[in-house]
Amino acid sequence: MSRYSAFSIFRNALSGQKNWQRAWRAAEPKPSYDVIVIGGGGHGLATAFYLAENHGIRNVAVLEKGYVGGGNVGRNTTVIRSNYLLDGNTQFYEFSMKLWEGMSRALNFNVMFSQRGQLVTAHSADQLDGFSYRANIMRLNGIDADILDRDEVRRLVPYLDFSDTARFPIHGAIFQGRAGTARHDAVAWGYARAADGHGVDIIQNCEVTGFLRDGDSIVGVETTKGRIGAGKVGLAVAGHTSVLGAKAGLELPIESHVLQAFVTEPLKPLVDHVVAYGADHFYVSQSDKGGLVFGGNLDGYNSYAQRGNLGVVREVAEAAIALMPCISRVRLLRHWGGVMDMTPDASPIICPTSIEGLYLNGGWCYGGFKATPASGWCFAHTIATGKPHPLITAYGLDRFSTGHTLDEAGAGPSAWLQ
Amino acid sequence: MLRIECPCCGLRDHDEFRYGGDASVTRPAHDDPDPQAWYAYVYIRANPAGLHREFWQHVTGCRQWLVVERDTRNHAIASVELARKLAPRKSLARKSPA
Ligand SMILES: Cc1cc2nc3c(=O)[nH]c(=O)nc-3n(C[C@H](O)[C@H](O)[C@H](O)COP(=O)(O)OP(=O)(O)OC[C@H]3O[C@@H](n4cnc5c(N)ncnc54)[C@H](O)[C@@H]3O)c2cc1C
Ligand SMILES: [Zn+2]
Repeated sequence: MSRYSAFSIFRNALSGQKNWQRAWRAAEPKPSYDVIVIGGGGHGLATAFYLAENHGIRNVAVLEKGYVGGGNVGRNTTVIRSNYLLDGNTQFYEFSMKLWEGMSRALNFNVMFSQRGQLVTAHSADQLDGFSYRANIMRLNGIDADILDRDEVRRLVPYLDFSDTARFPIHGAIFQGRAGTARHDAVAWGYARAADGHGVDIIQNCEVTGFLRDGDSIVGVETTKGRIGAGKVGLAVAGHTSVLGAKAGLELPIESHVLQAFVTEPLKPLVDHVVAYGADHFYVSQSDKGGLVFGGNLDGYNSYAQRGNLGVVREVAEAAIALMPCISRVRLLRHWGGVMDMTPDASPIICPTSIEGLYLNGGWCYGGFKATPASGWCFAHTIATGKPHPLITAYGLDRFSTGHTLDEAGAGPSAWLQ
Repeated sequence: MLRIECPCCGLRDHDEFRYGGDASVTRPAHDDPDPQAWYAYVYIRANPAGLHREFWQHVTGCRQWLVVERDTRNHAIASVELARKLAPRKSLARKSPA
């Protein structure tokens, strides 16, 4: 694999940019691997990369039923932040943030990580108190956090509704300056290319349809490209965790739900940060092309349909205009949906399973993009050593039966209300 | 757009309904001491990619709870019934006090 650099751009310019190598090989499956990772999304690819990079395990395949980047890693709104409240989440997401800060360099791929800052508006004194509580927890964990009053919010984001007629007047905000966005496709491609550079086979159009067993242990997978043996199998299939889990015999606390995202026609620079509305479900950032990228709430009923319903389009538009009346006449360019595995506490599950040889990485809900590097790092550790990485001991499957759920929103055990 | 044929009110937009989740799980008896049974009831879901029995309440209509069978891949609805008309589930019956 040749390194990307200013010099490589110059050298390739001399031959009309026609001689660039593929970013990763079009691999076909070998009879067996030390580790098979199912799912070529951000988490699966990052896992394969860190298995090779951190643990020297290079005889690895990533099996993807479609194409790399066709799942949620290429469908999400790319908000990256580490403003979590509960022990376990706070430290994990901050570790992830630190990996984001070095990612482009580590992968030799520009993931366009942009720490533009994220703020969540508060609409009452009580809500701002709650945010102060969160900011204190963040600071005690060495994470940057600021509490802004109304005037400070107004200076930062003057285009929000500060009029006397605002339905929910802005009272203040919580702000994390190191939060931001990244180019989602680049994250998938960057991990794929770097993993491939370590010898990992990335096999696209290869759907896993079942598991090979020896007694109670899993020793490989059945795929649309034939049987492939494996010392260990890691599951990282996002919205389809239940489907594959059932094939392995796992009973899971997961429901699949659709989340939609939206992008408008391009505008001149307007939204310099990531802004989230504290009074309803709406958040927005502006892409480098100028489109406003935004999202809202889940569609709210089990779905594998990968497209959303119009009711949510209306709800999100209403919330958008309540916060930012200035965009009421901006036209929507596209909207789409992704199928996510929602857990009853909206926190992820990464752990060894009760089945020998099978490791689980799922339940990322609507917040798994920001977790991509830390999830890959910790899952690779868990697969390589057979024991959970210290940062993910709170993410075991047993937390639901022992009463140690990590419910940030305090929404209770109905996955669709999280 | 998803529309549900309410047995009382006819074909209505799903926005009039509130989702109530998986209708195939059974609540353990009130005095069931087995934590595993409660764990399965509260948390474990089959989450099929296919036909799913689920509760919906017609909140802005007749306010009845319905059991809808819907394909989670394409939202095609196979059946709608009034939840109260379905046979009471056995384990709901309380065990006689010992
Ligand atoms: C609209 C939307 C907005 C979001 N916004 C944010 C955000 O702003 N910030 C944030 O942090 N998170 C966000 N998320 C969540 C985030 O996108 C996901 O949590 C994360 O991408 C999931 O991990 P992944 O990248 O590995 O998933 P995916 O990219 O979905 O990867 C899973 C892969 O597994 C493959 N697969 C499935 N079944 C099989 C099989 N049988 N065999 C082989 N391969 C299989 C799929 O094809 C898929 O490519 C959002 C999600 C959505 C849908
Ligand atoms: Zn009705």
